[in-house]
Amino acid sequence: MEEENDIKIDISKHEFVPKHELLSDKESEKLLKELGVTRLQLPKILKKDRAIHHLKAKRGDIIKITRNSKTAGKAIYYRVVI
Amino acid sequence: MSKINEILKQKNEELPLSIVKRLDKMYEDGKIKNKYLEAVVDAVIDAYGKAKIEPGEGVGVIAAQSIGEPGTQMMMRTKHYAGTAMDVTRGLPRLIEIFDARKIPKTPMMTIYLKKEYNTLEKAEKLAHAIRETRIRNVMKTTRLNFLKFEVEVEIDNNELKKRGVTLSKLEKTMKEKYGDAIRFEKNLLIVKSKKKSAAALQKLKREVQDMNVSGVKGISYVVVQKEGNDYVLYTKGSNLKGVTQVKEIDFHRTKTNDILEIEKVLGIEAARNALVYETLITLKEAGLTVDPRHITLVADTMTADGVVKAIGRHGVSGDKASVLARASFEETVKHLLKAGAYGEVERLKGVVENIIVGQVIALGTGVPELILKPDLFKEKKK
Repeated sequence: MEEENDIKIDISKHEFVPKHELLSDKESEKLLKELGVTRLQLPKILKKDRAIHHLKAKRGDIIKITRNSKTAGKAIYYRVVI
Repeated sequence: MSKINEILKQKNEELPLSIVKRLDKMYEDGKIKNKYLEAVVDAVIDAYGKAKIEPGEGVGVIAAQSIGEPGTQMMMRTKHYAGTAMDVTRGLPRLIEIFDARKIPKTPMMTIYLKKEYNTLEKAEKLAHAIRETRIRNVMKTTRLNFLKFEVEVEIDNNELKKRGVTLSKLEKTMKEKYGDAIRFEKNLLIVKSKKKSAAALQKLKREVQDMNVSGVKGISYVVVQKEGNDYVLYTKGSNLKGVTQVKEIDFHRTKTNDILEIEKVLGIEAARNALVYETLITLKEAGLTVDPRHITLVADTMTADGVVKAIGRHGVSGDKASVLARASFEETVKHLLKAGAYGEVERLKGVVENIIVGQVIALGTGVPELILKPDLFKEKKK
Protein backbone atom coordinates (compact mmCIF):
# COMPACT_ATOMS: atom_id res chain seq x y z
CA MET A 1 0.00 0.00 0.00
CA GLU A 2 2.38 2.66 1.20
CA GLU A 3 6.07 3.14 0.70
CA GLU A 4 7.63 -0.06 1.94
CA ASN A 5 10.38 0.72 4.36
CA ASP A 6 11.40 4.32 4.14
CA ILE A 7 12.30 4.64 7.80
CA LYS A 8 15.94 3.86 8.30
CA ILE A 9 15.94 3.98 12.09
CA ASP A 10 15.47 0.77 14.04
CA ILE A 11 12.05 1.29 15.60
CA SER A 12 12.17 -1.83 17.75
CA LYS A 13 14.16 0.06 20.38
CA HIS A 14 11.51 2.74 20.79
CA GLU A 15 10.02 3.00 24.27
CA PHE A 16 6.56 2.26 22.96
CA VAL A 17 7.47 -0.81 20.92
CA PRO A 18 7.51 -4.07 22.91
CA LYS A 19 9.40 -7.18 21.86
CA HIS A 20 7.76 -9.03 18.96
CA GLU A 21 8.68 -12.64 18.27
CA LEU A 22 7.50 -15.02 15.60
CA LEU A 23 6.25 -18.38 16.89
CA SER A 24 7.14 -21.52 14.95
CA ASP A 25 4.30 -23.74 13.66
CA LYS A 26 4.88 -26.21 16.44
CA GLU A 27 4.80 -23.53 19.13
CA SER A 28 1.67 -22.02 17.59
CA GLU A 29 -0.24 -25.28 17.64
CA LYS A 30 0.80 -25.90 21.22
CA LEU A 31 -0.30 -22.42 22.25
CA LEU A 32 -3.69 -22.66 20.55
CA LYS A 33 -4.32 -25.97 22.28
CA GLU A 34 -3.26 -24.54 25.61
CA LEU A 35 -5.51 -21.52 25.31
CA GLY A 36 -8.34 -23.48 23.73
CA VAL A 37 -8.93 -20.95 20.96
CA THR A 38 -8.72 -20.83 17.19
CA ARG A 39 -6.48 -18.46 15.30
CA LEU A 40 -9.44 -16.28 14.40
CA GLN A 41 -10.21 -15.60 18.03
CA LEU A 42 -6.82 -14.08 18.75
CA PRO A 43 -6.23 -10.33 18.49
CA LYS A 44 -4.83 -9.33 15.14
CA ILE A 45 -1.82 -7.54 13.74
CA LEU A 46 -1.49 -6.37 10.16
CA LYS A 47 1.11 -8.02 7.96
CA LYS A 48 2.46 -4.61 7.00
CA ASP A 49 2.79 -3.52 10.63
CA ARG A 50 6.09 -1.70 11.10
CA ALA A 51 7.01 -3.60 14.24
CA ILE A 52 6.95 -7.00 12.51
CA HIS A 53 8.44 -5.89 9.24
CA HIS A 54 11.77 -7.53 9.98
CA LEU A 55 10.19 -10.84 11.04
CA LYS A 56 8.87 -11.52 7.54
CA ALA A 57 5.72 -13.10 8.93
CA LYS A 58 3.08 -14.74 6.74
CA ARG A 59 -0.69 -14.54 7.14
CA GLY A 60 -1.81 -16.82 9.96
CA ASP A 61 1.47 -16.72 11.85
CA ILE A 62 1.28 -15.98 15.54
CA ILE A 63 3.35 -13.19 17.04
CA LYS A 64 4.33 -13.35 20.68
CA ILE A 65 4.51 -9.93 22.27
CA THR A 66 6.28 -9.39 25.57
CA ARG A 67 4.91 -6.19 27.02
CA ASN A 68 6.25 -4.17 29.87
CA SER A 69 3.29 -3.91 32.16
CA LYS A 70 2.96 -1.36 34.91
CA THR A 71 0.98 -3.70 37.11
CA ALA A 72 2.47 -7.12 36.37
CA GLY A 73 6.01 -6.23 35.36
CA LYS A 74 5.86 -8.35 32.26
CA ALA A 75 2.85 -9.50 30.28
CA ILE A 76 2.68 -11.82 27.33
CA TYR A 77 0.19 -11.18 24.54
CA TYR A 78 -0.42 -12.92 21.25
CA ARG A 79 -1.56 -11.57 17.92
CA VAL A 80 -2.24 -13.37 14.71
CA VAL A 81 -0.95 -11.89 11.46
CA ILE A 82 -3.64 -10.90 8.95
CA MET B 1 17.33 -18.00 39.40
CA SER B 2 16.20 -16.18 42.48
CA LYS B 3 15.18 -17.89 45.67
CA ILE B 4 11.52 -16.92 45.22
CA ASN B 5 11.44 -18.34 41.72
CA GLU B 6 12.87 -21.61 43.02
CA ILE B 7 10.14 -21.93 45.60
CA LEU B 8 7.48 -21.09 43.04
CA LYS B 9 8.83 -23.73 40.69
CA GLN B 10 8.75 -26.31 43.46
CA LYS B 11 5.14 -25.48 44.14
CA ASN B 12 4.33 -25.25 40.44
CA GLU B 13 2.78 -21.83 40.91
CA GLU B 14 3.21 -18.55 39.09
CA LEU B 15 3.29 -14.96 40.24
CA PRO B 16 3.66 -11.79 38.17
CA LEU B 17 7.19 -10.54 37.70
CA SER B 18 6.59 -7.35 39.69
CA ILE B 19 5.51 -9.29 42.77
CA VAL B 20 8.41 -11.74 42.48
CA LYS B 21 10.83 -8.82 42.25
CA ARG B 22 9.39 -7.18 45.34
CA LEU B 23 9.58 -10.41 47.32
CA ASP B 24 13.15 -10.92 46.16
CA LYS B 25 14.12 -7.46 47.32
CA MET B 26 12.51 -7.95 50.72
CA TYR B 27 14.27 -11.27 51.11
CA GLU B 28 17.64 -9.83 50.17
CA ASP B 29 17.16 -6.90 52.53
CA GLY B 30 16.56 -9.38 55.32
CA LYS B 31 12.98 -8.32 55.91
CA ILE B 32 11.81 -11.90 55.51
CA LYS B 33 13.55 -14.47 57.64
CA ASN B 34 14.68 -17.63 55.95
CA LYS B 35 12.50 -19.97 57.96
CA TYR B 36 9.35 -17.95 57.20
CA LEU B 37 10.08 -17.49 53.50
CA GLU B 38 7.98 -20.39 52.33
CA ALA B 39 5.05 -19.38 54.52
CA VAL B 40 5.25 -15.83 53.16
CA VAL B 41 5.29 -17.05 49.57
CA ASP B 42 2.31 -19.26 50.33
CA ALA B 43 0.44 -16.30 51.79
CA VAL B 44 1.27 -14.16 48.76
CA ILE B 45 0.09 -16.85 46.34
CA ASP B 46 -3.12 -17.10 48.34
CA ALA B 47 -3.68 -13.33 48.40
CA TYR B 48 -2.85 -13.04 44.70
CA GLY B 49 -5.34 -15.74 43.87
CA LYS B 50 -8.02 -13.90 45.81
CA ALA B 51 -7.18 -10.59 44.17
CA LYS B 52 -7.59 -11.96 40.66
CA ILE B 53 -10.79 -11.08 38.87
CA GLU B 54 -13.33 -13.88 38.76
CA PRO B 55 -14.16 -15.62 35.50
CA GLY B 56 -17.28 -14.18 33.93
CA GLU B 57 -16.97 -10.80 35.63
CA GLY B 58 -18.16 -7.92 33.47
CA VAL B 59 -14.83 -6.14 33.29
CA GLY B 60 -15.90 -3.92 30.41
CA VAL B 61 -18.76 -2.42 32.38
CA ILE B 62 -16.49 -1.85 35.36
CA ALA B 63 -13.91 -0.17 33.12
CA ALA B 64 -16.58 2.04 31.57
CA GLN B 65 -17.81 3.17 34.99
CA SER B 66 -14.32 3.63 36.35
CA ILE B 67 -13.35 5.95 33.52
CA GLY B 68 -16.76 7.54 33.17
CA GLU B 69 -17.23 8.67 36.74
CA PRO B 70 -13.96 10.65 37.00
CA GLY B 71 -14.79 11.96 33.55
CA THR B 72 -17.79 13.79 34.98
CA GLN B 73 -15.44 15.72 37.23
CA MET B 74 -13.29 16.90 34.38
CA MET B 75 -13.58 20.35 33.03
CA MET B 76 -15.50 20.65 29.84
CA ARG B 77 -13.24 23.28 28.40
CA THR B 78 -9.59 23.07 29.21
CA LYS B 79 -6.81 24.20 27.00
CA HIS B 80 -3.79 24.45 29.08
CA TYR B 81 -0.40 22.90 29.44
CA ALA B 82 1.59 23.45 32.57
CA GLY B 83 4.83 25.29 32.12
CA THR B 84 5.01 25.92 28.41
CA ALA B 85 3.70 28.68 26.26
CA MET B 86 1.86 26.15 24.18
CA ASP B 87 -1.79 25.40 23.83
CA VAL B 88 -2.50 21.71 24.06
CA THR B 89 -5.92 20.15 24.29
CA ARG B 90 -6.37 18.64 27.72
CA GLY B 91 -9.18 17.52 29.93
CA LEU B 92 -12.40 16.05 28.64
CA PRO B 93 -12.00 17.19 25.02
CA ARG B 94 -8.66 15.38 24.86
CA LEU B 95 -10.11 12.23 26.42
CA ILE B 96 -12.90 12.20 23.85
CA GLU B 97 -10.34 12.75 21.13
CA ILE B 98 -8.29 9.75 22.26
CA PHE B 99 -11.24 7.35 22.48
CA ASP B 100 -12.70 8.60 19.20
CA ALA B 101 -9.37 7.82 17.49
CA ARG B 102 -9.50 11.10 15.57
CA LYS B 103 -7.41 11.23 12.42
CA ILE B 104 -5.56 14.35 13.48
CA PRO B 105 -5.61 15.69 17.05
CA LYS B 106 -6.79 19.25 17.55
CA THR B 107 -3.37 20.28 18.78
CA PRO B 108 -0.72 17.89 17.49
CA MET B 109 2.41 17.98 19.59
CA MET B 110 5.68 16.15 19.90
CA THR B 111 8.05 15.64 22.80
CA ILE B 112 11.58 15.23 21.53
CA TYR B 113 14.52 14.06 23.59
CA LEU B 114 18.12 14.57 22.59
CA LYS B 115 21.01 12.16 22.37
CA LYS B 116 23.51 12.41 25.21
CA GLU B 117 26.16 14.25 23.24
CA TYR B 118 23.68 16.96 22.22
CA ASN B 119 22.10 17.38 25.63
CA THR B 120 23.13 20.98 26.32
CA LEU B 121 21.10 24.16 26.24
CA GLU B 122 23.02 25.64 23.30
CA LYS B 123 22.74 22.58 21.15
CA ALA B 124 19.09 22.09 22.08
CA GLU B 125 18.27 25.65 21.09
CA LYS B 126 20.20 25.33 17.86
CA LEU B 127 18.33 22.15 17.06
CA ALA B 128 15.03 23.80 17.94
CA HIS B 129 15.70 26.29 15.17
CA ALA B 130 16.83 23.58 12.80
CA ILE B 131 13.73 21.42 13.04
CA ARG B 132 11.23 24.25 12.95
CA GLU B 133 9.77 24.29 9.50
CA THR B 134 10.81 27.27 7.42
CA ARG B 135 9.05 27.96 4.18
CA ILE B 136 9.77 30.73 1.73
CA ARG B 137 6.68 32.55 2.95
CA ASN B 138 8.20 32.77 6.44
CA VAL B 139 11.38 34.48 5.27
CA MET B 140 10.14 36.81 2.53
CA LYS B 141 9.22 40.46 2.58
CA THR B 142 7.12 40.66 -0.57
CA THR B 143 6.35 38.68 -3.69
CA ARG B 144 5.83 40.27 -7.06
CA LEU B 145 4.64 38.75 -10.30
CA ASN B 146 6.30 39.90 -13.47
CA PHE B 147 3.75 39.34 -16.20
CA LEU B 148 6.10 40.54 -18.93
CA LYS B 149 8.84 37.98 -18.35
CA PHE B 150 6.57 35.47 -16.60
CA GLU B 151 8.65 35.41 -13.46
CA VAL B 152 7.97 35.31 -9.74
CA GLU B 153 10.13 37.69 -7.75
CA VAL B 154 10.49 37.00 -4.06
CA GLU B 155 12.25 39.48 -1.84
CA ILE B 156 14.02 37.58 0.93
CA ASP B 157 14.19 39.06 4.43
CA ASN B 158 17.78 38.60 5.55
CA ASN B 159 17.06 39.29 9.21
CA GLU B 160 14.34 36.66 9.37
CA LEU B 161 16.63 34.25 7.54
CA LYS B 162 19.35 34.77 10.12
CA LYS B 163 16.88 34.37 12.97
CA ARG B 164 15.89 30.99 11.68
CA GLY B 165 19.48 29.94 11.13
CA VAL B 166 19.26 29.51 7.38
CA THR B 167 21.95 30.82 5.06
CA LEU B 168 21.25 32.30 1.66
CA SER B 169 23.45 29.71 -0.01
CA LYS B 170 21.49 26.88 1.59
CA LEU B 171 18.28 28.44 0.39
CA GLU B 172 19.73 28.68 -3.09
CA LYS B 173 20.78 25.06 -2.99
CA THR B 174 17.35 23.74 -2.01
CA MET B 175 15.69 25.93 -4.62
CA LYS B 176 18.13 24.73 -7.31
CA GLU B 177 17.30 21.13 -6.46
CA LYS B 178 13.65 21.73 -7.20
CA TYR B 179 13.70 24.23 -10.04
CA GLY B 180 17.14 23.82 -11.54
CA ASP B 181 18.12 26.61 -13.89
CA ALA B 182 14.74 28.29 -13.70
CA ILE B 183 15.86 30.26 -10.64
CA ARG B 184 18.42 32.97 -10.17
CA PHE B 185 19.37 35.43 -7.46
CA GLU B 186 19.78 39.16 -7.76
CA LYS B 187 21.14 40.24 -4.38
CA ASN B 188 18.36 39.11 -2.06
CA LEU B 189 15.79 38.92 -4.78
CA LEU B 190 14.85 35.36 -5.69
CA ILE B 191 13.54 35.03 -9.20
CA VAL B 192 11.78 31.95 -10.51
CA LYS B 193 10.91 31.70 -14.17
CA SER B 194 7.66 30.04 -15.17
CA LYS B 195 7.70 27.28 -17.74
CA LYS B 196 4.23 27.99 -19.05
CA LYS B 197 3.56 31.48 -20.26
CA SER B 198 0.15 32.09 -18.78
CA ALA B 199 -1.12 34.20 -15.91
CA ALA B 200 -2.80 31.22 -14.23
CA ALA B 201 0.40 29.18 -14.29
CA LEU B 202 2.28 32.10 -12.79
CA GLN B 203 -0.19 32.40 -9.92
CA LYS B 204 0.15 28.69 -9.29
CA LEU B 205 3.93 28.94 -9.31
CA LYS B 206 3.79 31.81 -6.82
CA ARG B 207 1.88 29.68 -4.34
CA GLU B 208 4.21 26.76 -4.93
CA VAL B 209 7.30 28.85 -4.33
CA GLN B 210 5.87 30.39 -1.18
CA ASP B 211 5.07 26.97 0.27
CA MET B 212 8.49 25.60 -0.57
CA ASN B 213 10.23 24.06 2.43
CA VAL B 214 13.67 25.56 2.97
CA SER B 215 14.71 23.92 6.20
CA GLY B 216 13.27 22.03 9.13
CA VAL B 217 10.79 19.22 9.47
CA LYS B 218 7.49 19.53 7.64
CA GLY B 219 4.51 20.27 9.85
CA ILE B 220 6.44 21.62 12.84
CA SER B 221 5.51 25.24 13.25
CA TYR B 222 6.88 26.05 16.68
CA VAL B 223 9.46 24.62 19.07
CA VAL B 224 10.05 25.28 22.77
CA VAL B 225 13.08 24.06 24.73
CA GLN B 226 12.57 23.04 28.33
CA LYS B 227 14.67 21.42 30.98
CA GLU B 228 13.23 18.32 32.57
CA GLY B 229 15.43 16.71 35.18
CA ASN B 230 18.76 16.29 33.43
CA ASP B 231 17.33 16.45 29.95
CA TYR B 232 16.65 19.28 27.59
CA VAL B 233 13.37 18.49 25.94
CA LEU B 234 11.94 20.02 22.80
CA TYR B 235 8.20 20.48 22.67
CA THR B 236 6.88 21.06 19.20
CA LYS B 237 3.67 22.39 17.83
CA GLY B 238 2.71 20.13 14.98
CA SER B 239 3.73 16.54 14.65
CA ASN B 240 5.74 14.57 12.14
CA LEU B 241 7.21 11.44 13.65
CA LYS B 242 8.39 10.11 10.33
CA GLY B 243 10.07 13.42 9.54
CA VAL B 244 12.12 13.57 12.71
CA THR B 245 13.61 10.13 12.13
CA GLN B 246 15.94 11.87 9.75
CA VAL B 247 17.27 14.27 12.35
CA LYS B 248 20.36 12.56 13.73
CA GLU B 249 20.70 14.63 16.92
CA ILE B 250 17.48 13.42 18.51
CA ASP B 251 16.98 10.36 20.65
CA PHE B 252 14.22 8.85 18.55
CA HIS B 253 13.62 5.98 20.92
CA ARG B 254 12.22 8.33 23.55
CA THR B 255 10.49 10.72 21.19
CA LYS B 256 6.72 10.83 21.49
CA THR B 257 3.81 12.40 19.69
CA ASN B 258 0.21 12.82 20.80
CA ASP B 259 -1.01 11.76 17.36
CA ILE B 260 -1.91 8.14 18.03
CA LEU B 261 -2.71 7.24 14.45
CA GLU B 262 0.70 8.51 13.41
CA ILE B 263 2.30 6.23 15.99
CA GLU B 264 0.28 3.35 14.57
CA LYS B 265 1.57 4.11 11.11
CA VAL B 266 5.21 4.57 12.06
CA LEU B 267 5.71 2.23 15.03
CA GLY B 268 2.95 -0.36 14.69
CA ILE B 269 -0.17 -1.39 16.53
CA GLU B 270 1.45 -2.36 19.81
CA ALA B 271 3.08 1.04 20.08
CA ALA B 272 -0.30 2.62 19.37
CA ARG B 273 -1.77 0.65 22.24
CA ASN B 274 0.97 1.89 24.55
CA ALA B 275 0.42 5.43 23.32
CA LEU B 276 -3.31 5.17 24.01
CA VAL B 277 -2.65 4.09 27.58
CA TYR B 278 0.04 6.71 28.08
CA GLU B 279 -2.00 9.61 26.70
CA THR B 280 -5.11 8.64 28.66
CA LEU B 281 -3.20 8.31 31.90
CA ILE B 282 -1.47 11.68 31.42
CA THR B 283 -4.74 13.41 30.63
CA LEU B 284 -6.38 11.97 33.71
CA LYS B 285 -3.38 12.68 35.88
CA GLU B 286 -3.24 16.29 34.83
CA ALA B 287 -6.86 16.70 35.81
CA GLY B 288 -5.94 15.34 39.23
CA LEU B 289 -7.78 12.07 38.81
CA THR B 290 -6.54 8.55 39.34
CA VAL B 291 -7.92 5.61 37.42
CA ASP B 292 -6.46 2.14 37.73
CA PRO B 293 -4.35 1.52 34.62
CA ARG B 294 -5.95 -1.89 34.17
CA HIS B 295 -9.21 -0.27 33.09
CA ILE B 296 -7.40 1.80 30.52
CA THR B 297 -5.34 -1.08 29.19
CA LEU B 298 -8.58 -3.01 28.69
CA VAL B 299 -10.00 -0.18 26.60
CA ALA B 300 -6.75 0.17 24.65
CA ASP B 301 -6.66 -3.59 24.00
CA THR B 302 -10.22 -3.48 22.70
CA MET B 303 -9.45 -0.54 20.45
CA THR B 304 -6.42 -2.26 18.92
CA ALA B 305 -7.69 -5.86 18.84
CA ASP B 306 -8.24 -5.88 15.08
CA GLY B 307 -4.77 -4.69 14.17
CA VAL B 308 -5.86 -1.10 13.52
CA VAL B 309 -6.88 1.59 15.98
CA LYS B 310 -10.66 1.63 16.17
CA ALA B 311 -12.72 4.28 17.89
CA ILE B 312 -15.04 3.54 20.77
CA GLY B 313 -18.46 4.26 19.34
CA ARG B 314 -20.56 4.16 16.23
CA HIS B 315 -17.74 4.11 13.71
CA GLY B 316 -15.55 1.70 15.60
CA VAL B 317 -15.95 -0.95 18.23
CA SER B 318 -19.72 -0.63 18.73
CA GLY B 319 -20.48 -0.26 15.04
CA ASP B 320 -18.51 -3.36 14.06
CA LYS B 321 -20.20 -5.76 16.45
CA ALA B 322 -21.33 -9.03 14.96
CA SER B 323 -24.79 -8.94 16.49
CA VAL B 324 -27.54 -7.01 14.71
CA LEU B 325 -29.53 -6.32 17.86
CA ALA B 326 -26.48 -5.09 19.72
CA ARG B 327 -25.73 -2.60 16.95
CA ALA B 328 -29.35 -1.55 16.61
CA SER B 329 -29.67 -0.94 20.34
CA PHE B 330 -26.73 1.46 20.28
CA GLU B 331 -27.26 4.09 17.61
CA GLU B 332 -28.97 4.34 14.22
CA THR B 333 -31.47 1.60 15.04
CA VAL B 334 -33.46 1.66 11.84
CA LYS B 335 -30.43 1.67 9.58
CA HIS B 336 -29.02 -1.48 11.14
CA LEU B 337 -32.33 -3.35 11.21
CA LEU B 338 -33.10 -2.49 7.59
CA LYS B 339 -29.65 -3.54 6.45
CA ALA B 340 -29.83 -6.78 8.41
CA GLY B 341 -33.17 -7.54 6.76
CA ALA B 342 -31.88 -6.75 3.31
CA TYR B 343 -28.77 -8.90 3.65
CA GLY B 344 -30.39 -11.70 5.65
CA GLU B 345 -28.13 -11.43 8.69
CA VAL B 346 -28.44 -14.05 11.40
CA GLU B 347 -28.72 -13.12 15.07
CA ARG B 348 -26.83 -15.68 17.10
CA LEU B 349 -27.70 -14.27 20.53
CA LYS B 350 -24.19 -14.73 21.90
CA GLY B 351 -23.63 -11.35 23.48
CA VAL B 352 -25.05 -9.47 26.42
CA VAL B 353 -27.29 -6.82 24.84
CA GLU B 354 -29.07 -9.24 22.50
CA ASN B 355 -29.98 -11.55 25.34
CA ILE B 356 -31.33 -8.73 27.48
CA ILE B 357 -33.53 -7.65 24.55
CA VAL B 358 -35.03 -11.12 24.13
CA GLY B 359 -35.25 -11.63 27.88
CA GLN B 360 -32.76 -14.43 28.39
CA VAL B 361 -30.05 -15.01 30.96
CA ILE B 362 -26.96 -13.11 29.88
CA ALA B 363 -23.53 -14.68 29.58
CA LEU B 364 -22.01 -12.76 32.48
CA GLY B 365 -21.14 -13.77 36.01
CA THR B 366 -23.28 -16.73 37.06
CA GLY B 367 -24.80 -16.82 33.58
CA VAL B 368 -21.49 -17.99 32.12
CA PRO B 369 -21.08 -21.59 33.30
CA GLU B 370 -23.47 -22.92 30.73
CA LEU B 371 -21.08 -21.74 28.08
CA ILE B 372 -17.95 -23.05 29.73
CA LEU B 373 -19.32 -26.53 30.48
CA LYS B 374 -20.34 -28.16 27.23
CA PRO B 375 -22.64 -31.06 28.24
CA ASP B 376 -22.29 -32.83 24.89
CA LEU B 377 -18.53 -32.96 25.19
CA PHE B 378 -18.90 -34.50 28.63
CA LYS B 379 -21.09 -37.34 27.37
CA GLU B 380 -18.68 -38.19 24.59
CA LYS B 381 -15.79 -38.52 26.97
CA LYS B 382 -17.71 -40.82 29.31
CA LYS B 383 -18.34 -43.30 26.55
